[in-house]
Amino acid sequence: MTITAAPEATPYLRAFESLEQDGHGQHPDWLRALRRDAIDAFTNLGFPTARRGNEEWKYTDVRPIARAGFRFSTHLSSPDPNITAHLESLSDPDWHRLVFLDGHYSPTLSSPPNGVTAVNLPDALDTHDPLIQQHLARHAPYGSHAFTALNTAFLHQGAFIHLPPDTVLDNPLHLIYLSTAAETNTLAQPRTLAIIGRGSKAAIVETYAGPNGVPYLSNAVSELILEANSSLDYFRLQQHGDEACHVGTAQAVLGDGANFSSTTLDLGGALVRNNLNALLDAPESSCTLNGLYLAGETQKIDNQVVIDHASPHTNSRELYKGILGGRARAAFHGSITVRKDAQKVDAKQEDKNLLLSDKAQVNVKPAFWIYADDVKCGHGAASGQIDENSLFYLQSRGISHEQAHRLLVRGFANEIIETVGSPSVKSLINNLVKTKLTKL
Amino acid sequence: MLEILDLHASVNDTPILRGVNLSINPGEVHAVMGPNGSGKSTLAFVLAGRPGYDATQGSAIYEGQDLLEMLPEDRARAGLFLSFQHPVEVPGVRLDQFLRAGFNALNKSRGLEELDPLKFDRLLRRKVKSVDVDPQMTRRSVNEGFSGGEKKRNEVLQMAVLEPKLAILDEPDSGLDVDALRSVAQSINGLRTPENALLLVTHYQRILNYVVPDRVHVLVNGRIVKSGGKELALEIEENGYDGFEEAADPTLAQTTSP
Repeated sequence: MTITAAPEATPYLRAFESLEQDGHGQHPDWLRALRRDAIDAFTNLGFPTARRGNEEWKYTDVRPIARAGFRFSTHLSSPDPNITAHLESLSDPDWHRLVFLDGHYSPTLSSPPNGVTAVNLPDALDTHDPLIQQHLARHAPYGSHAFTALNTAFLHQGAFIHLPPDTVLDNPLHLIYLSTAAETNTLAQPRTLAIIGRGSKAAIVETYAGPNGVPYLSNAVSELILEANSSLDYFRLQQHGDEACHVGTAQAVLGDGANFSSTTLDLGGALVRNNLNALLDAPESSCTLNGLYLAGETQKIDNQVVIDHASPHTNSRELYKGILGGRARAAFHGSITVRKDAQKVDAKQEDKNLLLSDKAQVNVKPAFWIYADDVKCGHGAASGQIDENSLFYLQSRGISHEQAHRLLVRGFANEIIETVGSPSVKSLINNLVKTKLTKL
Repeated sequence: MLEILDLHASVNDTPILRGVNLSINPGEVHAVMGPNGSGKSTLAFVLAGRPGYDATQGSAIYEGQDLLEMLPEDRARAGLFLSFQHPVEVPGVRLDQFLRAGFNALNKSRGLEELDPLKFDRLLRRKVKSVDVDPQMTRRSVNEGFSGGEKKRNEVLQMAVLEPKLAILDEPDSGLDVDALRSVAQSINGLRTPENALLLVTHYQRILNYVVPDRVHVLVNGRIVKSGGKELALEIEENGYDGFEEAADPTLAQTTSP
């Protein structure tokens, strides 16, 4: 090796070498080369811990992650009854489901759909190798992003979803990435590759969850490819335990007339960073990216949303809302690029925060890079406390101060929940939000 | 029902009401008229208990209770209702849920049955019909994106659902065209009973053509300077408030008729 590894990268490098010798050696050459490339990138980059000139990580200090030295859980733990019971509370019985425990696929807990490929990645290598090779790790850049590099370096299991052209998935597909955290400081790296064929339509729900009272790291990467005129409703429901760290990166690439709608819900975790990147790569493609983050105590939630209008006649809508109590910290960093020839782009970004405590804090940083001249771009940001006028209005109808407060906080969240099209997803999110709000 | 004696009130430490006396009995309609800034809305807000509107002197006794000591929600539960001049938009809270919360809070405080969404929906549909509003309105967020007229109708709908004993209507006609005004006034009249009372706060006389008052009070500079029958409103329509400004000079004696 000619690269000098950052010291905190050493344990991961060691784990990499031992896994390559162990079982991962039997994987196809292209996959092994990809992983090797990614571990090199990671050792080169190190964790983004620098405090100076580190714009992308300005509001989130990942030194706790760098220092902790998280370890992989090497095998699939046998699903104990607690986990099975927990799963039922996370999901809807009518949905299709793939379950991963600490990154390992659990066939017994999963119920994949028929007629659509939704399988553990290694199981698809025989049948779909060219397609996987064409897309896997080709969209979420690992050369410049340490966490994506770390995930890619250990790429093994994960969800592979392929909808052939003109297919409609009848029910949402639920990808459950559960950290069992059987030991302290374990690391799981969920991976998703979804290819939505021309004219197809699906809803994919990713749930990230784990137990309270134990530190662990979840480092997820999802790549979503929307072919022409396809449509994807994509949900990330982050419900980690109170000591968990989570970094979730999702990259969507949109073809001609494709429609990508995403909802990111953050409820759990001590330190959470979500990256959502949408590349509007062909004309008439559009995305709606919504987010709701509810944080209390000392939770830190950071959302970075990057939209790249690479083609003319594309449009994007972005609405993120936060409700913060205790000493919670949140950051929203929304960047929109309109490339030189991408005329007739329509982009709108908004971030609104409700602060329930004067110790809670939010940092909002919008950024626009516009190189075309015929575009419509707008943004807005607002933070404030419960409106006294509204409180009085409700009280004047006999509603107690406490209930009025609750209704108004709920109402603030509802603007996001109401955008969810699927009734069963909406109902699940509704219940999650309701439970979390009682704790803020 | 309501006995206001020498009521003084300040908003942000600025004295607005400077000794209001008013007595309302069941079945009566009272109109308080006055120019802009005379303290009409302040009177309405002080009676409803809006924070920041502080009574500094005097009393308001409602059905034997000291109104000024009560929380806004307790005043509502005791049968008081305020129709807002500028109804508040409440994003994300659906009108039907908002109304059910209010209705059930009132019922609970009176030991009556709280209604589940299904039962309440039935009641609401009846009320919606009785005050002639668009049934779709109840599925929308409270006042959000409502037109001026829809907001005013919504206040009347809320009054119909909550069935107050004493309703204070703060400029229920502002911003309405003649047809809408007539329709809102008809709805208000439809809610009148021999047991309940109305206190109508208005700048203009025109709504009093439809909701006919038993007593008219002229409020100028924080005091009721004249009270009379409905003909007093016509007098104001004719001559404006100019003649009353002088009477409101605090150095002169108050000229309230009995």
